[in-house]
Amino acid sequence: MGRIWLSILTAFAVSYVIRVLPLTLIRKPIKNRFLRSFLYYVPYVTLAVMTFPAIVEATELPAAGTAALVVGIVVAWRGGSLIQVAAACCAVVLLLEAIL
Amino acid sequence: MNSNSKSTPYREGLRDGVPIGLGYFAVAFSLGIAARGAGLSALQGFIASTLCIASAGEYALFSLIGAGATLLEIALVTLITNARYLLMSAALSQRIRPEMPNVHRFLFGAAITDELFGINIARPGYLDPVYYYGAITTSVPLWAVGTALGIMMGNLLPGRIVSALSVALYGMFLAIFVPAAKGDRVVAACVVLSFGLSWLFRTLPALAVISEGNRTILLTVAISVLAALLFPAREMEADNG
Repeated sequence: MGRIWLSILTAFAVSYVIRVLPLTLIRKPIKNRFLRSFLYYVPYVTLAVMTFPAIVEATELPAAGTAALVVGIVVAWRGGSLIQVAAACCAVVLLLEAIL
Repeated sequence: MNSNSKSTPYREGLRDGVPIGLGYFAVAFSLGIAARGAGLSALQGFIASTLCIASAGEYALFSLIGAGATLLEIALVTLITNARYLLMSAALSQRIRPEMPNVHRFLFGAAITDELFGINIARPGYLDPVYYYGAITTSVPLWAVGTALGIMMGNLLPGRIVSALSVALYGMFLAIFVPAAKGDRVVAACVVLSFGLSWLFRTLPALAVISEGNRTILLTVAISVLAALLFPAREMEADNG
């Protein structure tokens, strides 16, 4: 088998173990208050860390990415669905990059 | 044809997977361009994306393949870039209905990604594997196809379109954590702190040497530990109901 295929399989094996191990090993509700709180915060913090400043750097013009961030926050704050928020962000970038 | 508006968990998953899939497609397309540079065929890119389903992890994988890295190096870097899935998997384990058949853990577990994790954790109560499978159906194939098309077609899409599509992913992230921040001041403070520190780590030359994957892990653990120590009362929704 080629080196590329072996590399892909290696990455898959490691990713799969990382993803499935906690799910299969942790069978009971975690009682520890600190751990429970920690796991409650993790998803929001991870997503926030990955969103900024990455969204500003994802577009051709940083101003468009910044505008997408602001508009996205406003739409999400007002209760916009997943699709609505994502579409609003895309539309702002399309519009701004066409104008600027 | 009459469209039936009856909402089942599978259909809801299909629906919520669509914006994720569109975002995936755009990101995977640019990922495919990187994979092409590393010498992957469209089939190899398709399989790699179907199996690994990870943007940062796959980007690292393709760079390493291009650099002629050893399998051990690939395993280590994959472990680091994907370590956050370990935390997400642990978080999901707390939302599983006790009587759920075990096989589900091995199936949807393979598709723990930032976005699929996000929309599943955002639903109240126990995790519904059927909803998860619905979301996988409309998102993961677009990730794999996007990678293959990126390898085959390179730079055919105008930059402006790629630019607009690439913020779809972040829009989805916002749709998940902004409502949570609105309802919980501690989460709001965490978000502000995350933005600030993430920007600082990206900008300060001494800290910018830390890779994107490591930065995500480091900041996630540090900020979540801090929040859990200072405000330990928060609990996961499934336990309240």
